[in-house]
Amino acid sequence: MVRYALKRALSLVISLIVASAVIFLVVEVAPGDPASFMLGLNAQPDTLAALRAELGLDVPRLQRYFLWVGGMVQGDFGISYAYRSPVAQMIAERMWVSLPLALYALGLSTAIAFPAGIYAASRRGTLGDTVVMGATQLGVAVPNFWFAMICVLIFAINLRWFSAGGFPGWEKGFWGGVKALTLPAIALALPQGAILARVMRSSLLDMLGEDFIRTARAKGLSRRQTLWRHALRNAMIPVLTIIGLQFSFLLAGAIIIEQVFFLPGLGRLVFQSISARDLIVVESVVMLLVFSVIVVNFAVDLAYAVVDPRLRART
Amino acid sequence: MRRNLILGAVLTGTFVLAALVSFVFTPYDIEALDIPNKLQPPNGAHWFGTDHFGRDILSMIMLGARTSIAVALLAVGIGMGLGIPLGLAAAARHGRALDEFIMRGNDLIFAFPSLVIAILITATFGAGAVNAIIAIGIFNVPVFARLTRGAALGLWGRDFILAARVVGKSSARISVEHILPNIANLMIVQGTIQFSLGILAEAGLSYVGLGAQPPTPSWGRMLADAQTLVSIAPHLALFPGMAIVLTVLGLNLMGDGLRDWLDPRLRVVRA
Amino acid sequence: MTLLSVQGLDVAINGAPILRGVSFDIAPGQIVALTGESGSGKSMTALATMGLLPKGAVAAGKLLLEGRDILTTPETALCALRGNAMGMVFQEPMTALNPVHSIGDQVAETLRIHGTDSRAEARRIARDMLARVGLPDDRFPLSRFPHELSGGQRQRVVIAMAIARRPRLLIADEPTTALDVTTQAQILDLLRGLVADFGMGLMMITHDLAVVAKMADRIVVMKDGAVVEQGETRQILHHMRHPYTRALLAASTHRPKLSPRITKDDPILTVTDAVRSYAEPRKTLFGPRTVRRAVDGVSLTIHNRERVGLVGESGCGKSTLTRAILGLEPLQGGTITAFGHDIANLPPALRSGLQVVFQDPYGSFNPRHKVARLIAEPYHLLPRPPDSARREADIAQALTEVGLTPGDADKYIHEFSGGQRQRIAIARALILRPDLIVFDEAVSALDVSVRAQVLDLLARISASHGLAYLFISHDLSVVRSVTDRVLVMKSGKIVEQGETRAVFSNPQHPYTRALIAAAPVLPALHQEETA
Repeated sequence: MVRYALKRALSLVISLIVASAVIFLVVEVAPGDPASFMLGLNAQPDTLAALRAELGLDVPRLQRYFLWVGGMVQGDFGISYAYRSPVAQMIAERMWVSLPLALYALGLSTAIAFPAGIYAASRRGTLGDTVVMGATQLGVAVPNFWFAMICVLIFAINLRWFSAGGFPGWEKGFWGGVKALTLPAIALALPQGAILARVMRSSLLDMLGEDFIRTARAKGLSRRQTLWRHALRNAMIPVLTIIGLQFSFLLAGAIIIEQVFFLPGLGRLVFQSISARDLIVVESVVMLLVFSVIVVNFAVDLAYAVVDPRLRART
Repeated sequence: MRRNLILGAVLTGTFVLAALVSFVFTPYDIEALDIPNKLQPPNGAHWFGTDHFGRDILSMIMLGARTSIAVALLAVGIGMGLGIPLGLAAAARHGRALDEFIMRGNDLIFAFPSLVIAILITATFGAGAVNAIIAIGIFNVPVFARLTRGAALGLWGRDFILAARVVGKSSARISVEHILPNIANLMIVQGTIQFSLGILAEAGLSYVGLGAQPPTPSWGRMLADAQTLVSIAPHLALFPGMAIVLTVLGLNLMGDGLRDWLDPRLRVVRA
Repeated sequence: MTLLSVQGLDVAINGAPILRGVSFDIAPGQIVALTGESGSGKSMTALATMGLLPKGAVAAGKLLLEGRDILTTPETALCALRGNAMGMVFQEPMTALNPVHSIGDQVAETLRIHGTDSRAEARRIARDMLARVGLPDDRFPLSRFPHELSGGQRQRVVIAMAIARRPRLLIADEPTTALDVTTQAQILDLLRGLVADFGMGLMMITHDLAVVAKMADRIVVMKDGAVVEQGETRQILHHMRHPYTRALLAASTHRPKLSPRITKDDPILTVTDAVRSYAEPRKTLFGPRTVRRAVDGVSLTIHNRERVGLVGESGCGKSTLTRAILGLEPLQGGTITAFGHDIANLPPALRSGLQVVFQDPYGSFNPRHKVARLIAEPYHLLPRPPDSARREADIAQALTEVGLTPGDADKYIHEFSGGQRQRIAIARALILRPDLIVFDEAVSALDVSVRAQVLDLLARISASHGLAYLFISHDLSVVRSVTDRVLVMKSGKIVEQGETRAVFSNPQHPYTRALIAAAPVLPALHQEETA
């Protein structure tokens, strides 16, 4: 187990290093100098040089990469070109909207998918199964941001149960924040939940066809008991994979959904930064997103070992 | 279920046809603004209504289908064109350095959701439909590479591959002659699913302004334009959204139908 | 009083009849063997008895377990019977256990589900039961997981699960088919001991008449879903009346007529001190990497027109050796030469002299190619492949030689039965007129009657083509029937070799002796040998 975890941790670190290098390289090849972009065409050479020094653009590339990575490890993401304020602080504020939104949606998606998938698998071929599968087929096809717009139209504009957008901030109370994130989280969660429910169902059905299920039936377990005691845990392995993948979709989805609900999250920050050519912010946000995806995949790898003793043994 | 296949093909076919027809005919010219007729609800003259510039929504949806389908199709092409050879190569060199290298590369790309790639490319090179194609295409590469490798590994252990090796065929030749035909069905089914995911991704990217730029019509941007007007003109959001849902639904039904028709045991991934 | 009474059992699946009027009885303490070839309906009879028929199956007749008709018993009552009044053991021990639960939990589950209230009590009985089946707690604690056990050990766990509640009826569906002969002998002994101890009735399903002869009190011979003959084992084996039973027994003991042995010192394949090793994953965090030698210093020679057998149990390294001989595995030591050249860089012209036939009649062919293309694949080795007319003639001839027709060239492989596919595999091996063919478990997947025909074909072509072959198998009786010389392999080494007749009648190495002692033998064959 320890060996397995260490191995995964090592690959996590390598992934992070390579990912940061890739991001840095891509942004580095960007045409144009941020400093001259900020000062306009008529900038004086000495002001330009001063700004370049202030932004840390005057050091060689390789050194700049290490400064950037080294800074991030210590929580220093550099200074925004456009706002001249620390990037870390800007990201931290936004992160407290985007991350809770993605996690909220992940919770909802799982909460929808598990019962739906288990129900459909246990009643395979019945009307209930057909209805659930039809609904998920539709759910998979719906773009989350469009679904969000429809939700706003129905629940905010017509029924007035929620506000159409905006975020009061956590300091104004926990439940106010949760309420503001509920509609966005539902819009994000439904399509992902539909996918997860389908995976859950097919994974369970695969397991129900396995030899050890027949053995369990021969022991005297009922169909229902074999599903809960024997199929479910084995079926979790592919389901965990998808949950891990979904986190990255939800984080990316959160960035899009924030636009529908005018939420002050990473999405708004990153799109503003793109138009302001505030590349250091873009770079840092992207790195943060990639970092969360890699870390979540690491967590999923560890979860496999909890579910599957065969992985634990390979230590 | 043959019914899924037919329903899916009809839905998908409708939008492909709309995209093709738009090259020679649209009900209205969408470059001509018609402000007096702006924000009309659906009626006899404009079946799906008009937008805030008085442009015909139906015509824009037909043109938008062109963008969506082209972007998604090319992205699937990139994914298959790079992913399948990489997967075949990894399987042929299973357990060796090349396999390890390809698979770790795949893992790395998997950590970059297509939106993130699009953000990076747009920040660096500026926005455009090509970005969307590249971003979604790159995302598709590891999907096809992993699937190909997995399916090919299953085949490499089979006796007919051993028989081909015994007569001295090279692994490249075996990959093309024996592996590829046996994974073709799986790739077609997965291709259909990635196509549908590509449509969704393109819509998302152009919604946030990272995809096709004006004046190229796209479903995602139509929805972005509709957002502030949705309370007074819901049809602006309804019809482009329905177009996305129906196209994606059609492709998914077609994928499931194809799988059941070709080989129900195929294991596709959907995420 | 009878324990189980099957009376006129009919089963149809989606309208297609699978069982027709099956009737037999089992008494307590009695072992009844259901035997027959694949598709005879023996497994379906077992599933019907457990009340576990697949979806879409309709059963009629009577299935009385202690007077209670299983067919009319509702599902909830059946659940109370399964694992309690009747237990079942399956063919494939590798997949029969849940990989994520410990063996103790899985055995205890049988007890818990049938009313053993306390967890501690269930675990205590589970421990006793595992010890009874040969997995004592000190060496196999309850916390073990299935993947930590061998196939034979897993089968013991499955048996412990089935007998934990001391059921009156135990059903064993091909319980040893997936196991090696020595393991098979142990499991068969275990089952017999349990029947004697617990006074259970045992319904034993097996295709292997030798196992039947060794185990059963009564035999029920089935064919195409119906019972063709049944009676006391001794009586059936010695006074069988039905032609099918006779044919089955004849096929089981069939020995093809081999052409006389030609002894000539003309080696065409020489393996010298071959070593093939694999690095194993580290056992501890920073422990050394252990190296497992799958093939450990093997030397062997095959002469022109010589028929050599290689026997050994699973994991002995015979598959690895086969692949090395075919040039598919690199060696870490020693050499393999064929026709005077190192196998690794054998010129194509010589390479065509060495061909192979694999075990799996379903996996040996690319399902997307037609038979003509499949058979013609070895042409890849020729610098100038023959023109299409010549090629067609060759393919037609190869097909005819293996007992098929030239018209079969235009078909796809799925249109053929398992036996026909092995014939096609032989045709593919023959097309370049090789000197040496490697048969890798080539008849192991076939039913006895088909196997007998393929063995006859083998004997015929080896004579007509002047072939040498290396026949690899786990099945001693088959190796014995088609080879001149035999090698016995264990743990990567050849432990004994010699003339087939000599090795089988007077084995020198203890392992060879154990193998021969463990292999169940039909009495008829026995008499022939002792006579």
